[in-house]
Amino acid sequence: MSREVALTIDDRQVKAAEGERLLWAALDNGIYIPHLCDLREAERTVASCRLCFVEVEGLRGPVTSCTLAVSEGMVVKTRSPGVDRLVRTGFELLLSNHRLHCAKCAKNKHCELQKIARERGLKLKLTRLRSLLQDVPIDESPRHFNYDAGKCVLCGRCIWADQEQVRVGAIGFIRRGIARKMATFEDGCLADSICTQCEACVKVCPVGALYLKADELRLYEPKKKC
Amino acid sequence: MRAMDLIEGEEELIHTAVGAVLQSCGTGRESLIPVLQGVQDRLGYLPRLAMQRIAGDMQLPEVEVFGVGTFYNQFRLNPPGKHRVEVCLGTACHMMGGHIILESFERRLSIHEGETTPDREYSLERVACVGCCALAPVVVVDEKVEAKVSPIRVDGILLTFEIEKKEQEAEQQREAEQQREEGREA
Repeated sequence: MSREVALTIDDRQVKAAEGERLLWAALDNGIYIPHLCDLREAERTVASCRLCFVEVEGLRGPVTSCTLAVSEGMVVKTRSPGVDRLVRTGFELLLSNHRLHCAKCAKNKHCELQKIARERGLKLKLTRLRSLLQDVPIDESPRHFNYDAGKCVLCGRCIWADQEQVRVGAIGFIRRGIARKMATFEDGCLADSICTQCEACVKVCPVGALYLKADELRLYEPKKKC
Repeated sequence: MRAMDLIEGEEELIHTAVGAVLQSCGTGRESLIPVLQGVQDRLGYLPRLAMQRIAGDMQLPEVEVFGVGTFYNQFRLNPPGKHRVEVCLGTACHMMGGHIILESFERRLSIHEGETTPDREYSLERVACVGCCALAPVVVVDEKVEAKVSPIRVDGILLTFEIEKKEQEAEQQREAEQQREEGREA
């Protein structure tokens, strides 16, 4: 067992294992920090979602909690005007490229974006930015799941699961900028690639980009009358 | 973007090129970009087969090689055409309707930006600025600058090449016939 360190998060004394990332130390102690891209099991943090900002005493400006290791006597604040501003903008940037139709989404009520909006009092609609969503077809080729690139937040969790966890190497990021997307070699459909359809990527997707066909069908089941 | 069919003998060419480049750059993960650059230097583009071979030899997922190839603007996935059409979409050309010119080429050649016609006659690209904004909208065709291009001029440019090609073919035919006649005489 590794050594424990004591730190303060939002005026609460908490303990965490030495070397633990601040994000996970906070979550373990029931303090919520928005996050999309980091996975506890992942060796390297990508820090691409830009939502897990916190203020740490002694450090200038908000920092991403997923890239910071806990240390003895650290004083952390998860909310501040600076943090809220960054998270609000980052969140709206993600929404500007996200197909928002929660009621008809297979991940409704299990979606990380909804959770972040609820926890931080953010709106699940665009107020300042204009939608940049392109009309992309849904890849329905796998047997038990679908891939809707229009809902992908580019967190890279599925790619981690595919390349590091199950070591298949069927999916990765292609292109860049607004055209960046998760895809297979030569951007073909999943069933035509070396994908083994193990569904490891579906399990880690925080939003409705990769979802089980069964979950979608459940949406259209007639509601039971009592 | 659709993949191009390889022409005769190209497969062998790809294997020799990739083999040579991998030998000089090494197969470590960090040499992926130099390898792709080397292969593009030799072949003019990154064919699908080359990316697959590189991925196999460097023990990387194929999609990762494809990801790097599509991330950087310096890499092209389609072979350069015999005639290279570069449409400027810099600020001035954009204001003067550069995208209309690009669209005209796309429609006339039935390809998208970044692609090559199946006969490898034309490739179509967009560039940021060629440095002569007073002549906007500008198109660079085979290193020759075309100024103040209109959709009608697009037809003109392509027609010139078509006529040129027909003349060349006629000439070749004439030469072939001449040789045949000379052969008969001898």
